[in-house]
Amino acid sequence: MMTDLLITIVKILVVFGVYLTMVAYLSLVERRVSAFIQDRRGPNRVGPFGLLQPLADGLKFMFKEDLIPHYVNRPVYLLAPLVALVPAFITMAVIPFGNTLPLFGRDIPLVIANVNIGFLYIFALTSMGVYGVVLAGWSSNSKYSLIGGLRASAQMISYELSLGLAAVGVLIVAGSLRLPDIVAAQSGLRWNFWMQPLGFIIFLIAVFAETNRLPFDLPEAEPELVGGYHTEYSSMKFAMFFMAEYANMLTASAVVVSLYLGGWQVPYLEQAGLPPLLLSLAQVLAFVLKVGVMLFFFVWVRWTLPRFRYDQLMRLGWKITLPLAILNIFYSGYLVVAKWV
Amino acid sequence: MDLSFLFFYLFAAVAVGAALVVVLNRNILHCAMALVLMFFAIAALFLMLGAEFIAAVQVLVYAGAIMVLFLFVILLIQIDRVQMLRFAHRQSPLVVIIAVLLLAELLYMIIRGTLGIAPGGADAAAAGAASGSTEAFGALLYTTYLFPFEVASVLLLAAMIGAILLARLDKEEVGGVSRQDMS
Repeated sequence: MMTDLLITIVKILVVFGVYLTMVAYLSLVERRVSAFIQDRRGPNRVGPFGLLQPLADGLKFMFKEDLIPHYVNRPVYLLAPLVALVPAFITMAVIPFGNTLPLFGRDIPLVIANVNIGFLYIFALTSMGVYGVVLAGWSSNSKYSLIGGLRASAQMISYELSLGLAAVGVLIVAGSLRLPDIVAAQSGLRWNFWMQPLGFIIFLIAVFAETNRLPFDLPEAEPELVGGYHTEYSSMKFAMFFMAEYANMLTASAVVVSLYLGGWQVPYLEQAGLPPLLLSLAQVLAFVLKVGVMLFFFVWVRWTLPRFRYDQLMRLGWKITLPLAILNIFYSGYLVVAKWV
Repeated sequence: MDLSFLFFYLFAAVAVGAALVVVLNRNILHCAMALVLMFFAIAALFLMLGAEFIAAVQVLVYAGAIMVLFLFVILLIQIDRVQMLRFAHRQSPLVVIIAVLLLAELLYMIIRGTLGIAPGGADAAAAGAASGSTEAFGALLYTTYLFPFEVASVLLLAAMIGAILLARLDKEEVGGVSRQDMS
């Protein structure tokens, strides 16, 4: 009992530590990759290859003046950054980052909490993330923030439907809401990425919209809305919105990898005859690499595609991705009935 | 004795307190946020009863979708004018009647529960035991409770068609300039 508790605590600490570090370094990755795409150098002065840049940024944010405008609704204004940040963090609890780790004669499952409603847990929490944006927009009492918040709420509602319906296909095929089961169902070459290409594309589009990333970053579209919902925020509170964006991106990548890209699975690695410990570590490495590829894809898209117009965004959400997601459900049902999976 | 009693009272207190804020606070946005908090407390109570699926759906549908729509409307209408809501409205007598009816229903269920009669008979008891498993829940929904389930969905469909119809009427009356264009 005590050892189980201890193992869980260690898992939480390790995952959270790695997660926070990755969130911090994502800002550097974004700037370096954008610089590469635009044929610039990017931040390369602080430490070797600019590797200490996130540290310098963090320090700078902390020492900036924390300005709270007098016209804001204070309690809600102070609450909003936290509401934006927390759901993204706690979603990681149900994502399996490996199979089991054989250590000291025990098989440690490499997921913090294997709850039987795993996917619904993720879905419920990500739908909470929008509150941070909406509350920030409302409490700031400025028109740019308000429009940002408005756009965020409409956008999230529109794309949450496609997101959920696209994922229903995966759930039908896996026959379980537990993420470890969903990953286990994608053994060998049966990644959902191949099995359900339509669902994958819809899910990906919806994930971009849910994380407010370009080409769907209308809640903070800087040419029209100054900074959107976080216009009135400064110092660490602004940094928290920034962190929330990257944390959401990281969580979303992990979810996409788990649902569609086989999670920690490497095709036919089990047959290679590796020692169990090495196999387990290789699978964790595979998961991290896949998440890394997804994150690079996020950044790549941001610096390649232009922003959608608002009506285009709504039309895409309601008239294209939603019907296609429903079609994908029928297709998944057919897969199961025809025993292709 | 385990700690679950303590947590039950904690979540129950949060739910009741938040519900009171929803009714008594005059700032409409604070009311909405209190309602979200109440949904969370209720979801926690469902979790303690072992009904994980219901808990997740509670958060997902009520807190995650319906309340976001509410917030959207609150942001869309001009907040200054409605910020201080009137406490009592003209429909008060009706509200009192409905509240009394709901209270009576609740008391009836509580009394039945304390007498050891499971509400809704053996099926519901089985559902309660199995509701932790999404599969069992789905099976019950599509067999025993199929009729109420379908009625509810038809009701929702009717409401949706009504809303669309109203929106379209509005559009024609304004004459070319729809409400959506202005927002």
